[in-house]
Amino acid sequence: MTEDDHTGQDHDHDHSHLTETESRVRALESLLTEKGYIDPKTLETILQTYEEQIGPRNGAKVVARAWSDPSFMEWLLRDATAAIASMGYTGRQGEHIVALANTSRVHNVVVCTLCSCYPWPVLGLPPSWYKSSAYRARVVIEPRKVLAEFGLTLPDDMTIRVWDSTSEMRYIVVPMRPAGTDGWSAQDLEKLVIRDSMVGVRQALTPADASAARAAGKGVRHV
Amino acid sequence: MNGIHDMGGMHGFGAIPDIDGPEPFHHDWERHVFAMNVALGGLGLWNIDMTRAEMETTAPEDYLAPGGYFYRFLLRMERQALKYELASPEEISSGVVSQPPRSGLSAMKPEQIAVMAAKGSSSMRPTENEPRFKVGDRVRARRINPETHTRLPRYVRGCEGVITRVQGSHVYPDDSCHGDENPQWLYAVRFAGTEIWGKNAEAGLEVVIDAFEPYLDPA
Repeated sequence: MTEDDHTGQDHDHDHSHLTETESRVRALESLLTEKGYIDPKTLETILQTYEEQIGPRNGAKVVARAWSDPSFMEWLLRDATAAIASMGYTGRQGEHIVALANTSRVHNVVVCTLCSCYPWPVLGLPPSWYKSSAYRARVVIEPRKVLAEFGLTLPDDMTIRVWDSTSEMRYIVVPMRPAGTDGWSAQDLEKLVIRDSMVGVRQALTPADASAARAAGKGVRHV
Repeated sequence: MNGIHDMGGMHGFGAIPDIDGPEPFHHDWERHVFAMNVALGGLGLWNIDMTRAEMETTAPEDYLAPGGYFYRFLLRMERQALKYELASPEEISSGVVSQPPRSGLSAMKPEQIAVMAAKGSSSMRPTENEPRFKVGDRVRARRINPETHTRLPRYVRGCEGVITRVQGSHVYPDDSCHGDENPQWLYAVRFAGTEIWGKNAEAGLEVVIDAFEPYLDPA
């Protein structure tokens, strides 16, 4: 499907709807700018901040460090806000963070059924699927089916713990460290920590996944 | 409120869309909506609870419109512009200024963004009250049906769970949307899937929500 067809509506209807929405957005932006309530340079700075500076590479560094350093892992699980702040990641939509460690018995997944709450300082802006009605509605009732759509199947005897972010607490999943990574540097470990693994819809990449992606000339997906 | 936004457990939405992107924006206009929303919030006219409350009053057919997440942001910002007297209905529909701006407001400056992003806005507040519950306590989520903003989703109301974390004392959304912060103790409460959905719940399912003290009774 092309970007324009993402709604599945017929192409003409979607185009005219899109054009109308674009016009409406431009009209509002120019009105609010002319009235002095917003500054276009500020809008640019906001976009640059959240499109280029703040993103899931932050969370990947946190997880890689936790995997490498047991005392940091202990701190992260005890007081994620402070541990994450020590690495310079703080602030808006992440003032209070809790880290959830996946184990061989418990798999954690995060959602916000009521809106789109998400830990921006460590993961950046939420992906569209996280904010979709389908994810919000389904993951609290049928997480196994949802995870299967992401390619993840977990044994029936595992607990799947779904965290609904109904307050200003924000959650980051610490995926299990993949096998075959003994002695890896934090820098190399980071490359395995895909964004989706920190929401809980996929596991971290295995060394084999990461090699295959590189061999195919692809960047690592879902970072 | 028991609005369209309270989606946990609903059927009929189909497969998870956009698993392979694009993200976080499909279209350029979404980027502008996102940025405008942040900038307008910086005017200090409303808090996040007021914004969420306003979003929840979106008509269901608009909430679920194909334009999606940022389309409903757009509609909500237009309503806020009217509600907070930033513009007149004619100005909103024409995009043309025809009256002076509301006085006393100044646009966020670019140099304020880095600070805002890094500092955020904590919801934690001091309180004289001791928490009513502790980790391990069994509690029941109240059957409440407020017509205004709450963060107790319908799917857990009346269900019994266990306190797993005491999260501190925070601004209470149900009152904050009306301008009264009224801090309350906040708890992570874990529910068995079978408690919420019945005996045919998915194997091994647990759901944890963050619940404010007024949402809970001892079980």
